[in-house]
Amino acid sequence: MSSVAAKERPGFVWAAPAALFFALFGVVPIVVVIYLSGTKWNGLGTPQWVGSANWSALLDDGEFLPALRTTILLTVGTWLVQTPLALLLGVWSAGQQRFRAVLSTVFFLPLLLSTAAIALVFVCLLDPNFGLAATWGKFLGVPDGNFLGDSGRALPTVIFVLAWQFVPFHTLLYQAATRQIPTQLYEAAQLDGADTVRQFFSITLPQLRNTIVASSVMMLVGSVTYFESVLLLTNGGPGTATQVVPLEMYKDGFIAFDMGYASVLAVLLVIIGTILSIVVVRATGYHRMTSDREGL
Amino acid sequence: MSTSVLSRPKTETASSPPPRRRRRFRANVPAGIAASFWFLIVAVPLYFIVVTSVRTQDAYVADGPLDLPTKFTLHNYANVLDLGFGTFLRNSVIAAAATVIVTLGLALPASYAIVRGQSRWVRNAFNLFLLGLAIPAQAVIIPIFLIITRLHLYDSLTAIILPTAAFSLPMAVLVLTSALRDVPNELYEAMTVDGASPAVLFRRLVLPLSRPALASVGIFSGLNAWNGFLFPLVLTQSESQRVLPLGLWNFQSQYGTDVPGLLAAVVLSALPVLALYLFGRRQLLSGLAAGFGK
Repeated sequence: MSSVAAKERPGFVWAAPAALFFALFGVVPIVVVIYLSGTKWNGLGTPQWVGSANWSALLDDGEFLPALRTTILLTVGTWLVQTPLALLLGVWSAGQQRFRAVLSTVFFLPLLLSTAAIALVFVCLLDPNFGLAATWGKFLGVPDGNFLGDSGRALPTVIFVLAWQFVPFHTLLYQAATRQIPTQLYEAAQLDGADTVRQFFSITLPQLRNTIVASSVMMLVGSVTYFESVLLLTNGGPGTATQVVPLEMYKDGFIAFDMGYASVLAVLLVIIGTILSIVVVRATGYHRMTSDREGL
Repeated sequence: MSTSVLSRPKTETASSPPPRRRRRFRANVPAGIAASFWFLIVAVPLYFIVVTSVRTQDAYVADGPLDLPTKFTLHNYANVLDLGFGTFLRNSVIAAAATVIVTLGLALPASYAIVRGQSRWVRNAFNLFLLGLAIPAQAVIIPIFLIITRLHLYDSLTAIILPTAAFSLPMAVLVLTSALRDVPNELYEAMTVDGASPAVLFRRLVLPLSRPALASVGIFSGLNAWNGFLFPLVLTQSESQRVLPLGLWNFQSQYGTDVPGLLAAVVLSALPVLALYLFGRRQLLSGLAAGFGK
């Protein structure tokens, strides 16, 4: 490439503002949070270096392991509930009939509500005295209608509310992906006499492989780091039944003002998030920027 | 690309469905059962929100949550607006609009350089944004709090806008680069031969051709800012800087037993997005799916 031609290409100066801006809020903080995890800091004064004290405190923290366990349960539960539902709904709503359009519209309406709004609506709906739970609870084997205030039911209820909020988004991904499956595949299958169920397992499911991976890992990263819904629905309770790691971090940092220890938990979240997201990038082929269906 | 599929004109899919497609999905029984089941689960809370927001508090307590409103009232809405929801609404609109402007203004030139540029630095910038997908905002909220306080921006809308925009950038760059990669090289080359500089190419070629992708990214980052809870929670404090999600939460803790009032506030907080949805359903949905449809 000659120097004249190189001059006609946009240089780094075009990307620099975005890169520097993102570095300031996305990359520098990772370095800073690692530094802060070695300090004692109440959020106002100057952080004091204390070495590995916060990290050894992690071992003595009786709340950490239960919170980690709850986070894992929440993550696995979220995946198990949302993936099959979103997959079936997505494939189904990729169809073309008129009534599907109406139903699909209703399915997607939760996307218009914010996390805060959804959490507050379910707090009202699940109120054991005035909510729907009071009258309908008995049909679900919960006569007292107490879903969020019972330590055994709180976590499944949170998983349900998260599904209500996020299934529409994942359905959308599966719908878009299903519509891109080449029709020729189904034509060929029909000639071979494959029925709908067979077509679903032999064509649709394998063709959606990448979407399943992308959607799954988004769910996993999301439920490892996500805490707004838990904060608004149960605030970690009853007791510590729904206390997840990011919520513990928030409480240690911004309620108890122990920023040093909260930074330890934050570093752990960065590590977990990074590992899961590398899987996203690798598995979905974003780093190659090509489509695996090219040429079909 | 999902964008092109979803942004087709509505009439094309609604009025003339390809007959083969119809047959292809018709008899999917398990999916149909799941769909009807999920329809109920989604519809009941939505019905609850709308119906309760136009009922009186007394009727709600007396008749239970799902009864039809016997006396229709807009009192709850008036009440919520009196309690400062107008301010929260305005703050949210400002924060979302500014986030979109900053995100698009930074991401489009960067994506142009990433697709067309050839220097090692440009490739490194792209890798930085790929890495950025891996960074959960929750995990770096403490250092962001430190940076914002040191910049003397704590408790301002700017404190919300800057990190929100920064965290929309990785996705924005990914979607825009994949859109710009679809622009044929010949177009750039033809204009370059005519003596056009990168700036002219950007204005005359990149900007117009990336408009659908820009709309998707704009919607995505705007919704993100609109729904944002963590940054406002940690980076603002006073009532005058409060955005809608925090306003809702605050309303609940202050007037928790006024369920009709709270749900009127929920409806108000969703109205702008609902308007956007009615205005451009396909664009909104493709905006949400942008980058993941593959």
